[in-house]
Amino acid sequence: MQQAIARPEPELRSESRLSRRLVRNKWLYLMILPGLLYFVIFKYLPMYGLIIAFKDYKPFAGINGSEWVGFKHFDRLFTESDFGTILTNTLVLFGLNLVFFFPIPIILSLMLNEVRLTFFKRIFQTIIYLPHFMSWVIIVSIGYVMLTMDGGIINEFIASLGFEKINFLLSPEWFRPTYIIQVIWREAGWGTIIYLAAIAAIDPQLYEAARMDGAGRLRQIWHITLPAIRSVIIVLLILKIGDVLELGFEHVYLLLNSMNRDVAEIIDTYVYTAGLRQGQFSYSTAVGFFKSLVGLVMVVIANRLAKKMGEEGVY
Amino acid sequence: MVEDRTLAGRLFGIVNFALLALIAIVMMLPFIHVVAGSFTTSAEMAVKKFVLIPTDWSIDAYKFIFSTNTIFRSMAVSVGITVVGTLFSMLISSMMAYGLARRDLDGRQVFMFLVVFTMLFNGGLIPTFLVVKELGLIDNYAALILPISINAFNLIILKNFFQNIPEGLEESAKIDGCNDFGILFRIVLPLSMPVIATISLFYAVTYWNTYLNAIMYLNESKMWPIQVLLRQIVVLASGLDYSSDLDSAVPPPDQAVKMAVIVVATLPILLVYPFLQKHFAKGALLGSVKG
Repeated sequence: MQQAIARPEPELRSESRLSRRLVRNKWLYLMILPGLLYFVIFKYLPMYGLIIAFKDYKPFAGINGSEWVGFKHFDRLFTESDFGTILTNTLVLFGLNLVFFFPIPIILSLMLNEVRLTFFKRIFQTIIYLPHFMSWVIIVSIGYVMLTMDGGIINEFIASLGFEKINFLLSPEWFRPTYIIQVIWREAGWGTIIYLAAIAAIDPQLYEAARMDGAGRLRQIWHITLPAIRSVIIVLLILKIGDVLELGFEHVYLLLNSMNRDVAEIIDTYVYTAGLRQGQFSYSTAVGFFKSLVGLVMVVIANRLAKKMGEEGVY
Repeated sequence: MVEDRTLAGRLFGIVNFALLALIAIVMMLPFIHVVAGSFTTSAEMAVKKFVLIPTDWSIDAYKFIFSTNTIFRSMAVSVGITVVGTLFSMLISSMMAYGLARRDLDGRQVFMFLVVFTMLFNGGLIPTFLVVKELGLIDNYAALILPISINAFNLIILKNFFQNIPEGLEESAKIDGCNDFGILFRIVLPLSMPVIATISLFYAVTYWNTYLNAIMYLNESKMWPIQVLLRQIVVLASGLDYSSDLDSAVPPPDQAVKMAVIVVATLPILLVYPFLQKHFAKGALLGSVKG
């Protein structure tokens, strides 16, 4: 029996009943309610809406009223002649991201870490973080006014050297370089944040010991700094792989035009065009569904791989 | 760190510094070029002589773009959704993050899983569009706010930060008769200012940069936020005076005008950025990715 005391007795979690706890925490539940509603309505309801990938969705019939067609849209997807090209484009951009973009924040963070004077380090950081906050519209617009054949500074420079102007904006050959350079410009600086945080946690004594053993700065980086951020690199690599088909729709959409469509059309822009422009709701949902599913599978696989290697996974 | 006084060490430091300086300069050049270009005259743009510093300063481009109220309206829209959106997002994100941070909340793990899962898989563009449509939000500014009110990543950062606040503080507040709302608003939030500032900035930037949602959900061109207008002017060269679509006498915008619009669209971020920049490294990381 519980003794009656002046203060309400402290309720040990394992001993109080669930119903009591729910009542006691009613304000907390109220607090998370709006957020939960958001996730249910705008995240999970659309997931239910994925079902139209298996139906022949007609707006006036609604989701439930539309006819069931099974895998018809998926069949079409795989036999559609364009799909190979689109998938290739998507994978190529992903590859470019992985090879050219991914290492840069790592290298930059290592370089920043070696700057002795905090004042300059701060200035560099301020400058390289900035592009991340510009919208893709701004980035692409700046690219546009610089690359245009009609007065853009790059072309003017080329012309002044005696060469012919290059049509950066429309020609298919220049789409991918333009894309990846803009990605690097925008995100490389921001990406250093997380690596710098991991580096900051390194015990300075390790460096001291290394120095006493005669290690130069490069060796110190290789043997101390890099291994310390290995976990972070792997986690981010996993997340990136999960994004394999996911890349920066808005960016590509802004660069896309009728001339470079062969190399620029990726899965997401295809979904957008087929779905919202041409009204092929079910078909484009099927395409998007396929893409999301692949991403999920990739993340799960990559995560499992990481855990096998002894690293912490993402979840 | 201890100074490395060997010759090799110092050389390394110098080269490293020089490279970083070069990178920083190269990153800034496009901005400088565009800002400078916005202050040149059409004549100079035609001659195309300048690179970074115009020889002939002029604010013709700005006079031109502010001569109609198109840009004003667009900016007002963007400011509106940014302010309202950020406040709304911060409110429901903080509440949810705090609720999830409390260890004594039953079902906490389930909720967290629901949140994290959305980071790995989602319904996609079309289903989300259909949901918004069914809710009747087409051509409604709420369509630019509600569908993105909470960013799972931001939520997790907030939650992790709140979790690190000593329980003792909450306990004593409870004894003093505070309910959970009181604890959140009077104790937890004031202690969390760095992370609040950081996450607010993240949300604000997302709202300010709204483009895709605007073209998907807003059919009325008068409702366009600044990014959509920017795209129209710079890339599609559609002219500033959209209210008279048939007016072919309005010349397409020239380089200086385009650059001026870019500057205007970027300005608010540039103004706010220095004040909040010092909070990033701390605020964002106190949450940390792996939470």
